[in-house]
Amino acid sequence: MHGQPRKAPKPEDEAASAAKAEKLRSLQSQFLCFHHSNIYSKEALEVNSRLLEINPEYYTAWNYRKLAVEHRLTQSESDPDSVNSILNEELKVVESALRQNFKSYGAWHHRKWVLSKGQSSLDHELRLLDRFQKADSRNFHAWNYRRFVASLLNISEVDELQYTTDMINKNFSNYSAWHNRSVLLSNLLKRKAQGFFPKEKVLNEEYELVHQALFTDPDDQSGWFYHLWLLEQTVKADAPLLVSSWPAHDSNLILLGESCLEDSALSPFNTFHSELGTIPLVVYFNKAVEGVNSSTISVESVLNTKGELTWKPLSTNNSQTAQVWVTYLNYPNIKLHSSEFYPVEVSVGHTQGIISSSGFHYSHPSRFAFKVFVRPFEKDLAGHGVEMVSWREDNFLLYESHSQESNPILSLDQLNIKDDHEESSLKWRAETIANEIALFRELLSEINCKIGKLTLARLLIAHETMLSPIANKMVHSEEVIELYSDLMKLDSPHSQYYKDERSLVLLQQITSNRESLLRYCFRHGDRTSSILGNSMCLRLNNISLSRMGSIEKLLWVQMLDLSHNELRSIEGLEAMQLLSCLNLSNNKLSSFTALGPLRLLKSLKVLDISFNEIGSHSIDTTRYLCSSPLSHTEEIDWSHDETVTGDVNLTNYWEAFLIFKDLNLTQLDIVGNAIADEKFKSFLVKIVPTLKWLDGQELQLH
Amino acid sequence: MSEDASSYPPIEPTNFDLIVLGTGLPESVIAAAASANGKTVLHLDPNPFYGSNYTSLSLQDLSSFLISHSAPPPSPPSAPSDGHDFTPAALAARPLFSHVEISSFAPDVLGEEHSRKFNVDLCGPRVLFCADKSIDLILKSGANQYVEFKGVDASFVYNENGKLTSVPDSRAAIFKDKSLGLTEKNQLMRFFKLVQQHLDDKGGEDESGNSRISEQDLESPFVEFLNKMRLPPKIKSIILYAIAMADCDQDNVDVCEDVLKTKDGIDRLALYNSSVGRFPNALGAFMYPIYGHGELPQAFCRRAAVKGCIHVLRMPVIAVLMDKSTGHYKGVRLSSGQDLFSHQLILDPSFIVQLPLASSPPGLGSIKRKVARGICITKSSLRPETSNFLVIYPPRSLFPEQVTSIRALQIGSDLAVCPLGMFVIYFSTLCHDANQGENLLNAAMDSLLTVPESAHPESSTTVHSENSAEEKPTVLWKALYIQELTMGHFESISSTPIPDGNLNYNNILQATLKLFQKMYPLEEVFPETDSPENPEDDHEFSLES
Repeated sequence: MHGQPRKAPKPEDEAASAAKAEKLRSLQSQFLCFHHSNIYSKEALEVNSRLLEINPEYYTAWNYRKLAVEHRLTQSESDPDSVNSILNEELKVVESALRQNFKSYGAWHHRKWVLSKGQSSLDHELRLLDRFQKADSRNFHAWNYRRFVASLLNISEVDELQYTTDMINKNFSNYSAWHNRSVLLSNLLKRKAQGFFPKEKVLNEEYELVHQALFTDPDDQSGWFYHLWLLEQTVKADAPLLVSSWPAHDSNLILLGESCLEDSALSPFNTFHSELGTIPLVVYFNKAVEGVNSSTISVESVLNTKGELTWKPLSTNNSQTAQVWVTYLNYPNIKLHSSEFYPVEVSVGHTQGIISSSGFHYSHPSRFAFKVFVRPFEKDLAGHGVEMVSWREDNFLLYESHSQESNPILSLDQLNIKDDHEESSLKWRAETIANEIALFRELLSEINCKIGKLTLARLLIAHETMLSPIANKMVHSEEVIELYSDLMKLDSPHSQYYKDERSLVLLQQITSNRESLLRYCFRHGDRTSSILGNSMCLRLNNISLSRMGSIEKLLWVQMLDLSHNELRSIEGLEAMQLLSCLNLSNNKLSSFTALGPLRLLKSLKVLDISFNEIGSHSIDTTRYLCSSPLSHTEEIDWSHDETVTGDVNLTNYWEAFLIFKDLNLTQLDIVGNAIADEKFKSFLVKIVPTLKWLDGQELQLH
Repeated sequence: MSEDASSYPPIEPTNFDLIVLGTGLPESVIAAAASANGKTVLHLDPNPFYGSNYTSLSLQDLSSFLISHSAPPPSPPSAPSDGHDFTPAALAARPLFSHVEISSFAPDVLGEEHSRKFNVDLCGPRVLFCADKSIDLILKSGANQYVEFKGVDASFVYNENGKLTSVPDSRAAIFKDKSLGLTEKNQLMRFFKLVQQHLDDKGGEDESGNSRISEQDLESPFVEFLNKMRLPPKIKSIILYAIAMADCDQDNVDVCEDVLKTKDGIDRLALYNSSVGRFPNALGAFMYPIYGHGELPQAFCRRAAVKGCIHVLRMPVIAVLMDKSTGHYKGVRLSSGQDLFSHQLILDPSFIVQLPLASSPPGLGSIKRKVARGICITKSSLRPETSNFLVIYPPRSLFPEQVTSIRALQIGSDLAVCPLGMFVIYFSTLCHDANQGENLLNAAMDSLLTVPESAHPESSTTVHSENSAEEKPTVLWKALYIQELTMGHFESISSTPIPDGNLNYNNILQATLKLFQKMYPLEEVFPETDSPENPEDDHEFSLES
């Protein structure tokens, strides 16, 4: 059934297939003739069934049969015998079609349709299924249909689970059987059905079972998928949790003007400058949630003068579900005194309403508080004389922290809200993962196995994550990075995936504690720049990143250097609401679509995307990962756009337009991209009126 | 046995291409093959049943057959020379069995009535590998129409702690196995894969230039290769004795008489592997004929009869007729006194011609080894919920001096070999002398069964109730015998091979086919025919589920 090589057709086969095609054509034209004239006679149905027997893939023919059945049923409403015979005939047609091709979607669907009428006996169905599963135990159509029949017959999930055990015992390379097992077990565990509680005991047995498959034949993938599912069941917390926030709990936020920069007592990590008269407030969850609003999160502060706050999901696809939410505290209407501080207290989830996308409620009400200090703001500095920000190496000086800094970084480790697992369960999880790690180390000492290495890497990360509240140091990260580097060599077709995973681990390692993060923090020497709220720059440049991560620990960053990496996407960056200067030069960004997250960064002023691959690829593959530009729900003022763009054909620069039109950039570097010709640059100048510097050239003001 | 012979009507015609004496499997295959090639064949047997040394009998008949074939035969009357152009050479019976010991511990249970319900194999324990050449031969000959098979449910290894563990002989079995550790599972499966890749490469004529297993390894002892693969002792033992079915202790070169070479070991693994799953209804590698192994020779005899072979049972032959001038074979003299003539004669190995020129009887002198066989009848299975299975006692598993592998086969009433609720357990091992063989088999029996001290059923029940914690089935009837091993040989009078110590018939049938080819160098064994009565499709093979 599987793994059989295709043979080249012999001449007689070709002749036979030509004859078959001829027969098919004639049946098809006869059938269409009947279909178009709505003829449902015995003869017409006969033609149709002969057609389906040869070609069960012909959807139109199945649809016709449905019409015919409806038609004939209305004519024989009263007589149960004839209803039965009509439906039985359908079941027979399906069976003979399935004999021809037991993977025909149309045929299986038709059978479901007939049975859903509730008139036919179901006894035969399980026997039929047994036959199909004997022919090919991995046939997922049959497994799908089995779930359908099992629910119609009210077969218990426990019995169905036993069936998957039997099938797995016969041949464990059966992805369908493992999959059905995971579906059934999920339900049984959720219901806490008898014998399926506590979850820990059941999962232990499942680990035991899947180990047999993994060790017997590590080359077979199906068991590994099941193992991945088990790992997820072990590690995941169902309920959403608040992971971090900006401003961080217990932090002192300093609102300032430029003149105060010299004050060395201030921590540059917490100083913040806003021209907009607002302070962003960011909450970061461990998974995407919906229902974040002024009733689920209450903010108490004198700064919150407008009463109701509007929370906005930071999601690049305009969904109302997001992992990160932002709102803005206003302060322009009250007179702020530099001698005072203003406490802000945020309570999350004290009323129900925050729900994860999988339907779990936020169940751990928590609060965080911070204080806002104000430094006078010198008005005359804003507005004119904007200096160009230079990313030159000699502009940066490694930051050395001052011991007296009270509250230096970070929302790094401030928000350790306990998750919903009890002590014993936590212990079980840690033990289970540790046990798995030991096992797969043993397996890898025997053989070289790609998926085994990947699993070990995932286990180590899971272990790390589990321990992270206690130890703010990563124990396994070097090993994991090595595993992924190894995998990139072993399995080059998937090297991009491994590279992404490696990037995430590297970022986790960098952000795992204060000391390690400080090694990447630099003071920007160009202190006169009015754009920078502070001069602290996080430089994650030249470390082979292909993906961004650990952003929940980097919400404070205002200046970020990601140049000389291998980024293809900047997914996640949208959460960095304070970001005003961003260097993405010398990466592998291949389209403007990949820059989508920037649209949500309202403070962004300085952007360097020079020396990427924008415009070099005729097909924008990133676009397949995003929703279509036409699906953007926001209103676009077309007439305005036309006046802006003038003679330039907007459709050529559609993505660029969508990215830049909402940004108030003052400085942009785009040189070194295929798209960046003179025509494009002049287009940019038009759609970004705030722009002062383009590719290092000061623009002449109109 | 011969009292009726004289009352038989004379056999017509009196000239044949081939006369076959004995209806054992090799004789029956030759008779069927010769008949299929259009030869005129007369097939004789002094016994009242088919099968000779390959038969299955009731307990009583089995006992008397063993006893009568172990006693030194009465000296045959020297047949008078009666002035023809040939001299009769007396045909003597050769005792193939010795040290026959039969004990019945429960005469009430195994009364006359019950005894008839048994079909106990004389040459057990014996099974067929599903991918055996013998299966192909059965299919090709058309004998499959007359015999049905059933898959053997499982096979187990007896280990030092007296437990039976199932043989992880396939991917699914390794997966399910409870006795192997995870790493052991990995090692075993990897070894199977290596062998499979090696076999696949061989088929592809070494495209990569180097076979997976080097030529040097192939010629080295299999056990060394397993060591080289770093397989742990437990797995090594499973592969050597329970899958490759090695007879002798491969780890102990001093006592091992036939060290298995890697290439032979791999061939045996390949046979085993291709046996698993060949027939959808047989889950394991082995199958067993319903009604016992005696069915197999009968099936070939029926094939032969369809092609015109004449069968006469209860017909002893008293002498072989030799040409006076050339000394060549001419024909046979029946106990009825009738003389029959043929070009060739096949004798089953229990007969020897006492030639006047008195060359030593062929075959016997050269082979030192014997096979010890044992049969036990019980009323409960050795394993709950499984009735038909194989047990392997690897060398040294019973006691340190055990140098050969012992094999046991339990067959239940669902294979129609015994009354409902009873079980027949066969044992065999190779040995040098009767004493050694008996010791080995008794130890194997004692390890899993309760053998009553004496023939008193009462005492056995008390023993049985004392250690009910580890309840061993009690033996109701037991037979132990030592069988000679001879090879077939080809002369003008040819003799067929005796049942060997192996589980399957491959060596026997190979020797038989070789014999046939020597007799009829130009003939195919079973020529292909298009006749519908000769189905060759595997699916026609009748295997009870």
